Amino acid sequence: MAQRPYTRREVRLVPVTNAAEARRAKPDWPAVRLHVVTGKGGTGKTTVAAALALALAAGGKRPGDRRVLLVEVEGRQGLAQLFDAEPVAYEERRVAVTPDGGEVWAQSLDAEQALLEYLDMFYKLGPAARALRRFGAIDFATTIAPGIRDVLLTGKTCEAVRRRAGHTHAGHGQSGHGHGAQHGHDRTKQPQDRVFDYDAVVMDAPPTGRITRFLNVNSEVSGLARVGPIRNQADAVMRVLTSAQTAVHFVTLLEEMPVQETLDGFAELRAAGLPTGGVMVNQARPVVLPEDRLKKAAQPGGLDPAELEAGLAPVGLADPEVVTALSELATEHAQRVLLEAGQREELSATEAPMYELPLLTDGIDRVGLDLLAAQLRRQGAA
Amino acid sequence: MSGDRANGNGVKQGRAERDGVEQAGVEEAGVQDGATGSGAQDTAGHLNLDRLLDAPETKIVVCCGSGGVGKTTTAAAFALRAAERGRDVVVLTIDPARRLAQSLGLTELDNTPREVAGIDRSKGGRLHAMMLDMKRTFDEIVLDHADPQRAEQILANPFYQSLSASFAGTQEYMAMEKLGQLRARGEWDLIVVDTPPSRSALDFLDAPERLGSFLDGRLIRILSAPAKVGGLGAFKLLTGGVSLVTGALGKILGSTLLGEVQSFVAALDTMFGGFRERAERTYQLLQTEGTAFVVVAAPEPDALREASYFTRRLATDKMPLAGLVLNRVHRPQADITAERALAAAEELTNGKAGKRTTRKNAAGANGAAKGNGAEAPLSATEEAQAAQLAAALLRLHAERVVQSRREHRLTGRFLASHPGIAMLELPAQAEDIHDLDGLREIIARSA
Repeated sequence: MAQRPYTRREVRLVPVTNAAEARRAKPDWPAVRLHVVTGKGGTGKTTVAAALALALAAGGKRPGDRRVLLVEVEGRQGLAQLFDAEPVAYEERRVAVTPDGGEVWAQSLDAEQALLEYLDMFYKLGPAARALRRFGAIDFATTIAPGIRDVLLTGKTCEAVRRRAGHTHAGHGQSGHGHGAQHGHDRTKQPQDRVFDYDAVVMDAPPTGRITRFLNVNSEVSGLARVGPIRNQADAVMRVLTSAQTAVHFVTLLEEMPVQETLDGFAELRAAGLPTGGVMVNQARPVVLPEDRLKKAAQPGGLDPAELEAGLAPVGLADPEVVTALSELATEHAQRVLLEAGQREELSATEAPMYELPLLTDGIDRVGLDLLAAQLRRQGAA
Repeated sequence: MSGDRANGNGVKQGRAERDGVEQAGVEEAGVQDGATGSGAQDTAGHLNLDRLLDAPETKIVVCCGSGGVGKTTTAAAFALRAAERGRDVVVLTIDPARRLAQSLGLTELDNTPREVAGIDRSKGGRLHAMMLDMKRTFDEIVLDHADPQRAEQILANPFYQSLSASFAGTQEYMAMEKLGQLRARGEWDLIVVDTPPSRSALDFLDAPERLGSFLDGRLIRILSAPAKVGGLGAFKLLTGGVSLVTGALGKILGSTLLGEVQSFVAALDTMFGGFRERAERTYQLLQTEGTAFVVVAAPEPDALREASYFTRRLATDKMPLAGLVLNRVHRPQADITAERALAAAEELTNGKAGKRTTRKNAAGANGAAKGNGAEAPLSATEEAQAAQLAAALLRLHAERVVQSRREHRLTGRFLASHPGIAMLELPAQAEDIHDLDGLREIIARSA
């Protein structure tokens, strides 16, 4: 569509230029290398995760300086659609490059593949692994046995966080099965001072209702595995997840249910000793009326029709029907704004940094993602 | 329809397609022509909600769709509508917002349907509501089917505790199980079901089968075999392939966990004989004539994509689809195109519009005198304020038109790939819904 819907909101598409960099807030999470992004269904969790990955990938001095991995754990292929790329596979693949040459890689984690890789790595099971699959044990372990799936997915993500530059990651190279060969290709620009393979990892995590259980793998498997390999793996994962390298961000809309879930999620994570991050308010609507008019519009009777009519007359729109329609629109807007203000107030109880992202009425594509990424950088989320 | 003209400018869009979208929202849920046929679809792709809810042959309405589209609220609104139109209804909700739950009298998560107060019972209907407690439903199945001693063993098993609280498909399975139970009780003539907020809307159709086939499957028989024969030592007696599997499982899980899994499975084995059968019965119940699936979606790409998959899946599985409920639809109220509104706003902001308005003629044109009799022209400040107010609202309107246009386009695409699907549009609400009036309003406003 040719028409830009954002004309009014002064949220201009800011390419990440030097000027834009100069204006950006100091990053709030400099020490964080694993950004877990959760949110209630329908809040735009995947979109915000992708925008955050772009934001974190920007700001390098040279092309290829910054490299971010975006991990999908629910197999929805939401990332592929966002970046208009081919389906994202278990192998890490570059899906986007920022204007300053930062790279976003993506990976769609699959518990079954992670388990087979893990078995191969630690137990050299060979034919037994095939037998396990044949008898449905792999399916059992990854879809039905509680906790195991989560340990595998978080474990695989933590492995990417810890992976050192220049190393092929554990399980690849030595394993010889299929997907290892593709890893590490196309990485010709490897700055010598790079310590980690990825500067940051962003996880498009399960929704708010399940996030604590998903991340708190330790307690989840503790009832089941008090000792043994699963327990060891869970402990290793928890060391990364509870460290200062990790932050769990919540995406929410300014609506009752997602806000309630965000508050509950913060409380649960804190109780579990997991590190909370920021609140990303998505699809925030700008306030277009001055405060006194807003209050009036929200009251019964709404705006003064005479004033509206006077305002519309110069452009020949002082039609009673138009006045009524716009007045109704104003009332709706005012109700919405007041509701959002109340929800914003509720969210402040988290005492977490808040970032606001505009509603993109035109839908989300790469241009939209860049706009959201620029917003996140400007507000200090990255 | 105002939306038509508002959208007409510069939009190359199939008119027939768009009209289909428009009308679906206009004529639905209106007064009936006395028809009580089971078909919920009237002439041109409209989902006739009242006809669906009124038909005595409609026994179960399943609301499904991806997360965040308003399934729970829609299910509650449909149930209330049906009850106030005279049916004896129970609504099974999965995860209602707190205040909505309270307004339905759902203050406790106790798996018991409770009568909802404050509904209009003049047509003889009743409404019960309940919230699904997944763990308790699972516990109830165990208690119903095992002798007390064994039931106690199962309930205390740590593996069972994890499985019943967190298995990815347990909630889906238990929702279907509960539906089966409510149906069996026969106390209501209409059951409205909300479905769990799955990662994919399809999960709840697959979960019963998955859990059922797991509990009845080969692995289970392998796992339960040693426990029956006498513990892990019996591995040796088993065939090569099986011992390979159990050996590997022991390595991965550790022998304590494997032991617990085995004793759990052994306990289940005796009591569940036909777990798969149970799952299949529920699945068949969903295929019967009296069931109507309603796919709920918002006019957004993700939600419509899920709705599309779901629609196809229902057809593949021969599940009866009543139609699509398009929730949170935006409609422009004023009959002005986005372009015209933006141009006017620009003009007002730039102050090019002539300063010739007085309060007197403004009030006069409105036909409503302000009463103070003042005939003084508006001050420059007042005039500027009025212009700004009008400009702001015109821009807001333009945005609404653009959004509505986009929603039409997306919906049009959906309808093009699902020709003949019945649809009902529910308008976006400015505020969250947390009482019965709010629920009534949703349906009333769709008319």
